[in-house]
Amino acid sequence: MSRLLTTSNLSRRGLIAGGAATLGGLLVSGCNRLATAPTALKLLGSAEGLTMASQRFILSGQPLAREFSAKDISANFKVNGSSSADSDEYSALLASGFKDWKLTVSGLVQHPLAISLAQLKALPARSQITRHDCVEGWSAIAQWTGPQLGPILAKAGLQRGARYVVFHCADDLEPSLDGTGRYYESIDLFDAFHPQTILAHTMNGQPLSVGHGAPIRLRVERQLGYKQAKYVMGIELVDRLDKISGGKGGFWEDRGYEWYAGI
Amino acid sequence: MTDAALPEPMLAPAQADRGDHEVIYRHTRVVRITHWINVVCILLLLMSGLQIFNAHPRLYWGQKGDESDHAFLSMLAYPTGEDTFRGETRIGDLKFNTTGLLGATVHENRGLPWWATLPGERNLATGRRWHFFMAWIFAINGLVYLVSNAVNGHFKRDLALSRGEVAPRALWRDILDHIRLKHPTGEAAKRYNTLQKLAYLSIVFIILPLMVLTGLTMSPGFDAFAPWLLTLFGGRQSARSIHFICANLIVLFIIVHVVEVFIAGVFNEIGSMITGRYRVKLGDHG
Repeated sequence: MSRLLTTSNLSRRGLIAGGAATLGGLLVSGCNRLATAPTALKLLGSAEGLTMASQRFILSGQPLAREFSAKDISANFKVNGSSSADSDEYSALLASGFKDWKLTVSGLVQHPLAISLAQLKALPARSQITRHDCVEGWSAIAQWTGPQLGPILAKAGLQRGARYVVFHCADDLEPSLDGTGRYYESIDLFDAFHPQTILAHTMNGQPLSVGHGAPIRLRVERQLGYKQAKYVMGIELVDRLDKISGGKGGFWEDRGYEWYAGI
Repeated sequence: MTDAALPEPMLAPAQADRGDHEVIYRHTRVVRITHWINVVCILLLLMSGLQIFNAHPRLYWGQKGDESDHAFLSMLAYPTGEDTFRGETRIGDLKFNTTGLLGATVHENRGLPWWATLPGERNLATGRRWHFFMAWIFAINGLVYLVSNAVNGHFKRDLALSRGEVAPRALWRDILDHIRLKHPTGEAAKRYNTLQKLAYLSIVFIILPLMVLTGLTMSPGFDAFAPWLLTLFGGRQSARSIHFICANLIVLFIIVHVVEVFIAGVFNEIGSMITGRYRVKLGDHG
């Protein structure tokens, strides 16, 4: 009797366990398909707007990102993303010490500019020791020096309708025939005119290395690492982002990451 | 709702008839609704959080931390062949071979295995979308729970500890009761016991708020608004580590919570969190 009970209990338990495992498997694979469905991603993406709106509200006084002291600087700041730009054009610029490099400021501006590296270095510079936060989770600290973006944009003069600042870069982070693998980024005017938003030509007191984006990289301190575009060649003022490359406002944004990277 | 709709206790002895039990209204509607929303939120937050952790399965203490800094915990993969890996988990100076579970799943270099992450495959962008979407729902739901229960007196009435309860002797007796899996009946079963209260209080007022605050500390935007959070937690990387440790404490809480639900009577317990009504066995030693 007790034996019979045990076996029947066991088989019933086995049946339940087996059923639960099958159901669990179905649920997991079903959930996973749902988890990556375009409609689901679109719905989930709605949180980005809420996050951005609330951060813009609390940051409306334009507070600065924390600045650290020299002793906090990372001994070995990791090179991430592209470690160089592979074009012949970039190689030639690098070989000549960026003598012939000119940063173009174009698009919805009143006076398009072409600024040489010497001119850029002659502009009043800001130095800041800040934390760089990669979307992957790591952080590194460095001192960045360069002119603020705001006065450069003011000098070019914004046309009515200019809403975004697009940074066109020299590096191809992904090989592509149509140019969609070329790195680019964009920020809006709120961040463009923030005092800590600079075009860094110097890192830890040394000219910016190739690995970190020579001759200049953007620093937009209240956002994640992928917004800090390296190898910046040109700045373009635009009214909308959907006509550029993948249309989402940046290399990583075109690959599913948030445009607003304050979180 | 009528008595007939009440769930039967799973292990009710045959002689137990309605006269042996009393039905009490245990959980208010707001507790029941916020509880189940929380179940969904926390499950999805945990799984999407592990997806995000997998992008850099190393933990540091301080303001900064990357491969060149000391990680006090890491789950890394070391190649052993063309496409095979050995997973190694390091805690301080201790090294554990965790191939198949942590660090590497034999053929893939990853911190946590596929079944623990959302989505299952490696996809940081989608993991982040899930995490921040659910974080908003979790925060709003938590706020509804906190405000309504502060106002309606639930915290003060049911969760606050009395001086007598935290006296060492009473506490010790409660611990022994738990070890012996002895559960109160009668009047005592209508209240939360001391360890139960301590578990709920620490999860509601310490662990979950810490989760929100350390999560916000990882946001470079929020840091500019509230730099004192960096001072409080000792840096963004410390906050990330505390976030991970608290996530583990939440898992621990859930395991104990679910085991206790099964011990105390799974249908009665889950039923009470759905209908609000809870059957208490009338006891002579209550």
